[in-house]
Amino acid sequence: MYRYDQYDQQMVDTRVAEFRDQTRRRLEGKITEDQFKPLRLQNGLYLQLHAYMLRVAVPYGTLNSTQMHALADIADKYDRGYGHFTTRQNIQYNWIKLEEAPDLLADLAKVEMHAIQTSGNCIRNISSDQYAGAAADELVDPRPYAELLRQWSSFHPEFLHLPRKFKFCVIASDNDRAAMRLHDIGIQVVQNDAGEIGCAFYVGGGMGRTPMIAPLIREFVPLDQLITYSEACLRVYNRYGRRDNKYKARIKILVHELGKDEYARQVEEEFAHLLEQGIEPPLAELERIKPFFADPAFKTGLPDKADRSDDQFARWVDSNCMPHKAPGYVAVTISLKPVGGIPGDASSAQMHAMADLAKDYSFDECRVTHAQNIVLPHVEIGRLNELYAKLAEADLATANIDQIGDIIACPGLDYCSLANARSIPVAQKISQRFEANGKGELLGTLKLKISGCINACGHHHAGHIGILGVDKKGTENYQLLLGGSEAEDTSLAKITGPGFDEAGIVDAVEKAADVYLAQREDGERFLDTYRRIGMDPFKEALYA
Amino acid sequence: MPDNTLGTSPDDVQFRFRDDEVVDHAAVTVDSFLDQSNAAAVRIEPGDNARDLLPHLDRIKLVEVNFPSFMDGRGYSSARVLREAGYEGEIRAVGEVLIDQLAIMRRCGFDAFAPDNELDAADAEHAFSLWDNVYQKTTDGRAPIWQKRHG
Amino acid sequence: MKILTGNDLMTGLVTWWDGQGWSPYVDNAVDVGDEAEAILAREEAARRVNSGYAIEASLDENGKVRPAHIKDRVRALGPTVRPDLTLKPAEPEALNWVI
Repeated sequence: MYRYDQYDQQMVDTRVAEFRDQTRRRLEGKITEDQFKPLRLQNGLYLQLHAYMLRVAVPYGTLNSTQMHALADIADKYDRGYGHFTTRQNIQYNWIKLEEAPDLLADLAKVEMHAIQTSGNCIRNISSDQYAGAAADELVDPRPYAELLRQWSSFHPEFLHLPRKFKFCVIASDNDRAAMRLHDIGIQVVQNDAGEIGCAFYVGGGMGRTPMIAPLIREFVPLDQLITYSEACLRVYNRYGRRDNKYKARIKILVHELGKDEYARQVEEEFAHLLEQGIEPPLAELERIKPFFADPAFKTGLPDKADRSDDQFARWVDSNCMPHKAPGYVAVTISLKPVGGIPGDASSAQMHAMADLAKDYSFDECRVTHAQNIVLPHVEIGRLNELYAKLAEADLATANIDQIGDIIACPGLDYCSLANARSIPVAQKISQRFEANGKGELLGTLKLKISGCINACGHHHAGHIGILGVDKKGTENYQLLLGGSEAEDTSLAKITGPGFDEAGIVDAVEKAADVYLAQREDGERFLDTYRRIGMDPFKEALYA
Repeated sequence: MPDNTLGTSPDDVQFRFRDDEVVDHAAVTVDSFLDQSNAAAVRIEPGDNARDLLPHLDRIKLVEVNFPSFMDGRGYSSARVLREAGYEGEIRAVGEVLIDQLAIMRRCGFDAFAPDNELDAADAEHAFSLWDNVYQKTTDGRAPIWQKRHG
Repeated sequence: MKILTGNDLMTGLVTWWDGQGWSPYVDNAVDVGDEAEAILAREEAARRVNSGYAIEASLDENGKVRPAHIKDRVRALGPTVRPDLTLKPAEPEALNWVI
């Protein structure tokens, strides 16, 4: 994985010093909260319901064991012994003190980590495929391109006061595991007819109150123009994105109002101008970055089968292991979704355990997924049995990846000042219901996603089943949505009808699941059946 | 003073990174500027298109870029657009100009600062000199990190 | 009644205006009548509170202060999904008060 050189290290160290000084001026009253707020946000520090919350960047979701240990230590030293892995592959802490935040950031910098631009109206942490470098279906490892973009977007002087936040995603396979087209800019690394590698740009996707699937703006940007083209996309947005209405300020609205062709035309004009400016790093910089992501020393001649005599283990292998490009290996997803648990939360002890397992079983690497789980990307099949036993000891052996118990949920009203309703208790009750009725495994792949407000941090628009918490005259109410997907078959879920109370929404999910079980044809996932039979049969069951 | 003039006076300029004499022309709006041939100073508001000025750069001595709110970042693009087109005169940041934006304004081509509220000189000096390195290439002449890595 | 809440500038923890200063306990909150804006302006300027605001509340049958909106009741207690981290870890029934 990428390692800082003296320059990268100096940049994060300088940032810590800058924020320490800004915090001092805030505490001394030299700057107001209005002036300080965007500064602390661009260092990941929110003021949430109960305290300050700090979001730490995990660039393209990749961590080594030293970093994961450090995250655990931070949870103990500055927080209350746990952290929450997020849908943008980051981790956040819920109980941070402003006066200690600079020290926390200094501790992060010691392990080549930071919280830079994890919030605020700027280019945020860049997300990617959690199986990068492991997936059999990838063209190349997308992370060198994400790292190049990370450096370009960090402290970019022109783009720190954008109309609104801005999220990049970079993938390099046709199977989308990172919700690429639901980002402000989604990049797919592709190969053209001449066999050259370049980037397809999808611009103007997003969830929130106006969900949109990003249209293709340019089929092929050569690698030696990647930064320049990105700069052109951002400049057009910075100049013309709406600033009169916060809810219409994302780039998706600009692209939608201009039309994708007109937006693309304006970008091309700016791009032609910027090409003259010589702002692009040389390809040598990309070549410098690439070896950091070279394959680890995979062994050959490894067994390709595990001992499946233990049923529990066999179930876990079937749901939590993903084929690997190297024979004898799999990528293992550690579920942070125990039955009745808080999706995405991990205790410091669990973080230490995952760090040790990453070191011992996965070439010192782990990944955070947008579904709020952790991946050990390179595990020998022959060692899965012992890995499983160790995961079980740390309460990390839940076998439910991409099943109904593997719920994405935002923190909701239990933690978030924007939320209208609690998300976590709904997730807990649904996972308990489907454990009790035994239907979880029967349902197969069923992605359930819960947001506690319209901002959609819980990706409810992209759930096969989505749940949106709303405020109905001071009480929590939940709308049900069906038919969304964040994958390569991206679609936006539709609301079924009137909402439900907390008990009602759990029943409603079960009814929708039962419609699928009754109507499914061979090999169909819930989503496939919904797409074939449409909303009506579900509505009949829900509102009869 | 006619109604269509506005802008800061040399006395309002708190920081300046130029050796030439401070420009003392009252700036006019972009619309007024385009209507008259003799103005040498112009003020760009966030919604103005800085590129409208490009045919006239040879007669402009001062561009003021106004930040009615420090959160509105369009002025950064305006300054860069002018510098990229070769404008070498003064670009003065005016309005809600704060300590923590000084360094990035410099990077985008601002070389004079006339904040609405006077800034603490020591804090400003610290802000201007804090960053030894930069990741991006702009027109400010600083070598980005990738250039230092690869020569 | 109208009560004031906000977060402590240094720690970020939830606080309630008790008439003299800021308390972590909603039960100490006092009715500020039409003084809300004046108190908040003064306290924020003195950096004794951050992002303060006024809310509606009532006294329940036991004379305890009850914020009108669920969001402020969650703030008053703590995360309902982590009773151990709330202000009343030994009283699981406190969660019912929130809802």
